Amino acid sequence: MDRNHLAAFQAGPPQTGESGARAQAPGSTEPPAVSIQGVSKTYDTGFQALRSINLTIHRGEIFALLGPNGAGKTTLISIVCGIAMLAEGQVLVNGHDIRRDWRKTRAQVGLVPQELSTDSFETVWRTVSFSRGLFGKPANPAHIEKVLRDLSLWDKRNHQIQTLSGGMKRRVLIAKALAHEPEVLFLDEPTAGVDVELRRDMWTLVRSLREKGVTVILTTHYIEEAEEMADRIGVINGGEIVLVEGKEALMRKLGRKQLTLHLHTPMDRVPETLARHALELSEDGEALVYTLAQDGETADVTALLQDLADAGIRFRDLHTQQSTLEDIFVDLVRDRT
Amino acid sequence: MNIHAVRAIYSFEMARTWRTLFQSIVSPVVTTSLYFIVFGGAIGSQINEIDGITYGAYIVPGLIMLMVLTQSTSNASFGIYFPKFSGTIYEVLSAPVSHYEVVMGYVGAAATKSVMLGLIILATAGFFAPLEVAHPVWMLLFLVLTAFTFSLIGFIIGLWADTFEKLQFVPLLIITPLVFLGGTFYSIDMLPPTWQTVSLLNPVLYLVSGFRWSFYGVGDVSVAVSLMMILVFLVIAMATVAWIFRTGYRLRA
Ligand SMILES: Nc1ncnc2c1ncn2[C@@H]1O[C@H](COP(=O)(O)OP(=O)(O)OP(=O)(O)O)[C@@H](O)[C@H]1O
Ligand SMILES: [Mg+2]
Repeated sequence: MDRNHLAAFQAGPPQTGESGARAQAPGSTEPPAVSIQGVSKTYDTGFQALRSINLTIHRGEIFALLGPNGAGKTTLISIVCGIAMLAEGQVLVNGHDIRRDWRKTRAQVGLVPQELSTDSFETVWRTVSFSRGLFGKPANPAHIEKVLRDLSLWDKRNHQIQTLSGGMKRRVLIAKALAHEPEVLFLDEPTAGVDVELRRDMWTLVRSLREKGVTVILTTHYIEEAEEMADRIGVINGGEIVLVEGKEALMRKLGRKQLTLHLHTPMDRVPETLARHALELSEDGEALVYTLAQDGETADVTALLQDLADAGIRFRDLHTQQSTLEDIFVDLVRDRT
Repeated sequence: MNIHAVRAIYSFEMARTWRTLFQSIVSPVVTTSLYFIVFGGAIGSQINEIDGITYGAYIVPGLIMLMVLTQSTSNASFGIYFPKFSGTIYEVLSAPVSHYEVVMGYVGAAATKSVMLGLIILATAGFFAPLEVAHPVWMLLFLVLTAFTFSLIGFIIGLWADTFEKLQFVPLLIITPLVFLGGTFYSIDMLPPTWQTVSLLNPVLYLVSGFRWSFYGVGDVSVAVSLMMILVFLVIAMATVAWIFRTGYRLRA
């Protein structure tokens, strides 16, 4: 991505410290960006991909939807965007029903699909201009130019898409989705198969979109991505939403901190004198694992170390570990299956 | 109406025509020239005049119809099949465009191309046979209506097909035989009586007959019947497209 233009992006109003502060406050009278109520989806094959989904996406937030392969992420997005039929339930975009006011809602939504489907023979410029027209906007070469520059595609504007690399094609799809200036943007695995640098550029782009008030819903398999960018996180598994939480709250609530003490001499059980601490002995008896309270109260650690010393237990090594979103996610998905 | 979308789809499809200019225009012209040389020149010189028209001239309207019908169906079917196949259809499905706007864009472009093709073949024919067009306005009307109707039929085939084989199947096994048996190269008066009756069941006969009437003022059936038949086709094709879109058949999962 063009660094100069990123700088221009970032030159917007200063960001408030609290991430997600720009997102719509709960209880605001404005309708949410996306409201999904009781949506179920059964494909023609008879397979039920979604089970009574309820989900609200606030205006201006970045929402990450996580879930294993086949969880129903793409299906859910396809329904909101009008690609898959909505048979059961209701979806509102900015308060408009996607079935009754489909013209309005679709004009406000942009989608970067998971698959790299592009018109091989078209040039970058033409395909992006096409998208703008398709979504009902009059031609605006200045806007198309800005989008292409922001995505470092300007130099490639007259290239046939088939001559571009995979990562470049991904950018073309993003440019197409931004061509009509959507208010709500769906990114279905935008960083799959994308190198580290482009991924970071993409994060910057998404943040800059939020600065402009665009609501972003993304799916990803890279937990670090959700951790890095999202204001809120939803986890879907087997066609059901199993959790929706603010990222920080989620980390606080589920993030475990563990202290592992590798013992000098293995033991077969935790000594009585240490019973008041939340200690567990590893299977081989070579290590003691201490799980810290979620709020990270450190007073206990001091007491623990004191008691350990009093009991004459010596250890040769220790390390601490804080569970990442990835651990939380794996736990969640495993619990449900 | 989302006029920007119609224009976008239309010019996208027309760009495809220009990009594939050779297949789109040149090869049908070459094929037609061969027909004229073989049927009009070599064989036609041995055949009596039909309704007072030399055989070479007689087959001109039929040949134009043959090309317009096959090209309309194959071009329009490919135009919508390919985005389904490549996956780029997602964008059209997620866009604020109605079914009618999609049809206007895709079918409008395919029909435009066919009309252009018809006129080019007409000009080419001028080199091989003496040409006269008795009712030019009617000629154009028949050409446009036929191109549009069969582009619609092609569009339906493209929606229905889920393999390249199926895409080839209808044009090859249904449209081409109907066209050949529809009086393209002969008058049905030349057939035995039973086959004349059978021929009247062939819808294409009415198109060729009406089109030929606009050239020479003669046809196998009356021009009013021809016009009515083509309008009937048009209505059936439009109703089918409307049904497909309403049910999401093979477009939306
Ligand atoms: N058109 C379809 N017809 C039948 N079943 C489908 C169709 N599309 C998806 N499915 C099934 O629905 C389920 C959910 O698919 P979906 O693509 O929504 O998953 P996902 O969460 O996006 O997975 P991934 O992370 O692999 O992209 C899968 O079991 C899939 O096989
Ligand atoms: Mg998916």
